[in-house]
Amino acid sequence: MIPDLGRYEFTVLAAYGVTLALLAALVGLSLWRARRVARALTRQEERAKAGRAANGV
Amino acid sequence: MSLWRYANPSEFMRLSGAIQPWCWALAVIALGIGLIWGFFLTPDDYQQGATVKILFIHVPAALIAINAWLMMLVASLIWFIRRHHVSALAARAAAPVGAVMTVIALLTGAIWGQPMWGTWWAWDPRLTSFFILFLFYLGYIALWAAMDEPDKAADLTSVLCLVGSVFALLSRYAVYFWSQGLHQGASLSMDRESHVDNAFYLPLLFSIAGFILLFVSLVLLRTRTEVRLRRLRALQDLEARA
Repeated sequence: MIPDLGRYEFTVLAAYGVTLALLAALVGLSLWRARRVARALTRQEERAKAGRAANGV
Repeated sequence: MSLWRYANPSEFMRLSGAIQPWCWALAVIALGIGLIWGFFLTPDDYQQGATVKILFIHVPAALIAINAWLMMLVASLIWFIRRHHVSALAARAAAPVGAVMTVIALLTGAIWGQPMWGTWWAWDPRLTSFFILFLFYLGYIALWAAMDEPDKAADLTSVLCLVGSVFALLSRYAVYFWSQGLHQGASLSMDRESHVDNAFYLPLLFSIAGFILLFVSLVLLRTRTEVRLRRLRALQDLEARA
């Protein structure tokens, strides 16, 4: 499956491994933070809406 | 219709929400084609052997590392001139992406340099200016995190961005300013005579397109998060004052 990389096998695989790991971490963390903030905002908006309704605004 | 209406947070959220899925899909397709073609289907180089395959990640990452800073510069200038909050937040959102791309460029360059140059690192003009650019990214991220007042943070980070642009440009053109460095010239050129061999050219273009689309997707996602976070803090402040 993996092409014959000869004596540079470790070099090439290390470069691709580091890159894919860093990109995966960046995408994963960005998505996780986006979801967390979106959920918190929804909760806060619902609380604000409930507060306005309770005050008759 | 003015372009500036997208500086309105609601308009930005509406437009970015619509184009974001397309950006992610195109990024995955272009990156998939570029990296699979580059890794599995390209021949070894007559001088570099199989290490030439590192080109398909190193060159796009370096290109994004430099251009992310230039995008941040444009966004910072828009903040300075027109005081649009979305542009300041877009600059903030792009910084971690640019920093990671700089790390990828530095690490893959070091991994490639060890067998090719016989050293992991040299204080070569391009390598050194890239390392300084990375420090500027860290400083920029730290400055945003250290300030409580968002407008003041946007002002100060914009000044830092302006100063750091010297190193972003230096990273791009260092090989032309000083000829004593180890780093070779550009792998891609508008002049068809001087770019890499045709066997590597097309997969490299796909890989670059994939990295650009990934950058755009990540910046949109992270800017949307920053806009939501700004609204969340405003609502929390309002609640605390009530």
